[in-house]
Amino acid sequence: MSSTEEFDVTIPSDTAKGREVQEQIVSGMESRGYSPRDVFGVRLALEEALVNAIKHGNKMDPNKVVNVKWEIDDMHVRVVIEDQGKGFTVEEVPDPTDEANLDKPGGRGIMLMRSFMSVVEYNEIGNRLTLEKRTDDKDDDE
Amino acid sequence: MSAGHRRLDIEESGDVTIAKFVDKKILDEGNIQIIGNQLFSLVEDDARTKIILDFSNVEYLSSAALGKLITMDKKVKAAKGKLRLCTVRPDIYEVFAITKLNKLFDMRDNLEQALEGM
Repeated sequence: MSSTEEFDVTIPSDTAKGREVQEQIVSGMESRGYSPRDVFGVRLALEEALVNAIKHGNKMDPNKVVNVKWEIDDMHVRVVIEDQGKGFTVEEVPDPTDEANLDKPGGRGIMLMRSFMSVVEYNEIGNRLTLEKRTDDKDDDE
Repeated sequence: MSAGHRRLDIEESGDVTIAKFVDKKILDEGNIQIIGNQLFSLVEDDARTKIILDFSNVEYLSSAALGKLITMDKKVKAAKGKLRLCTVRPDIYEVFAITKLNKLFDMRDNLEQALEGM
């Protein structure tokens, strides 16, 4: 069985830095032999989550940081992303598939995360997101 | 013409414009902005009304990129034109399907099919 590795990284409110963390997590998955489909889904979810934390959470404030903790083994990868913004109420994000919202920017990212990940959970105030992908999930997008 | 690096390869086939994305990953916001401007310019500056977007190079795209495509669709429809998407790989197609945008866009398997009856 593989051992679980844990990481803890704090980055400034800069999407390029977010992408570096994304690369680290994804390359950890690739080296552990996760399927391309799992890697695709996690990369996409991380992109949406980190951009949300940096842009909407911290509002690109250079004085604020985003903390990313993750653990990975051969069976799962679990990522906790916390920004220093004031949070939001996830239930209030409009349904992007509603005809009236189709051309609005919000909501689609969260929807994609939910579809590609096994677990998507916000804390009560909405500034901390937990994402988890388990390899034992069958086709979990239908 | 537009400033910045070209993010789209443009080809003509009769009166149809084929715009092929150059990037494998359409993620970076600055990049998405440039792509959006280059797309909109096809309709707004060049008055092209039959446009095919070729996704064969695209391996990743984010929800921010989807927003630009939706705006593009509106602009083409407002100009009474036709917009089709083609050669979208299965992973990316899934992104459209999850967000139900496969119902909004006219998506074809390959360029040949996209050109048919355009």
